[in-house]
Amino acid sequence: MTDKTENADPLIIAGHRFASRLIVGTARFSSRQVMLDALVASGAEVVTASIRRISLEGYSESLVDLVGGHYRLLPNTAGCATVKDAVLTAQLARESLETDWVKLELIGDRETLYPDVAELIQAAEQLVGEGFTVLPYCTDDPVVCRRLADVGCAAVMPLGSPIGSGMGICNPYNLELLCERSAVPVILDAGVGTASDAALAMELGCAAVMVNTAIAQANDPVNMARAMGEAVAAGRRARLAGRIPRRAYGQPSSPQLGLIGSGS
Amino acid sequence: MSAVIRVNGEDRRLQVATVMELLRAEGVDPGRRGVAVALNGAVVRRADWSAVALAPGDEVEIVKPFAGG
Repeated sequence: MTDKTENADPLIIAGHRFASRLIVGTARFSSRQVMLDALVASGAEVVTASIRRISLEGYSESLVDLVGGHYRLLPNTAGCATVKDAVLTAQLARESLETDWVKLELIGDRETLYPDVAELIQAAEQLVGEGFTVLPYCTDDPVVCRRLADVGCAAVMPLGSPIGSGMGICNPYNLELLCERSAVPVILDAGVGTASDAALAMELGCAAVMVNTAIAQANDPVNMARAMGEAVAAGRRARLAGRIPRRAYGQPSSPQLGLIGSGS
Repeated sequence: MSAVIRVNGEDRRLQVATVMELLRAEGVDPGRRGVAVALNGAVVRRADWSAVALAPGDEVEIVKPFAGG
């Protein structure tokens, strides 16, 4: 296990250090116990939550009581479609969870769940002005990411493919370019289907990966959570180690001299 | 005197003077962690729940954290 205090390669977001580079969502698990076991297996320190209307017919066990003491809860504005709703949700989240951090989501299309980047940048700027640490879910567009960093976002969270699609990273070249050029940490959000997707994101230069559905809906969520944690760590290590260049033709790895049957 | 107040998108006829009284009337434990309230689009801090008065036609949102991605 990684010792948080001795990690030589921590993830740093807005001055906060994390040993794990995996962020896990808490939705769509078959049971609370499976979710809790998966969170432990993942090694994640940051987990996401949504903010929703309380049911007036009575309400069940609180997510805060379940995981609040063990993880940093990162509230999202999932489902919000206007700047007004996203900002109010963020403000309610701050009051509810006593955190300035918000995963800002502003959905522009209900079918693809693509973000509305024009509204997103506007909401991000307003929330940064109100003292929030804003982590926006955005498209994998280097210019959009730059605009979000320019208005003061602490990180950017581009999608690899649509939320919940499991399609992985549809445009790895774009993601790598974006990571190279981003002034703030890039956290791959959305689209991860299995562990290799998470490893690829890290190899391409992402600072962290956010996963929910691929863990929660796996046949064995606890093992998938562990696999994601290991993949993120392996991908990061490979990134730091530096991959060999690609080449179109073969190059033997064994010595070419002293082959039997050769002329001299 | 009762008044109609819109609570989480639903019109309710209630006899409540403050946010705190509204929470109690709706069966929400005000001491519970994670509960947050907005009145007409602005957050009402927990410390102000007893002081902030409600008027007919007010729109109140009462929220808490749920699982999310």
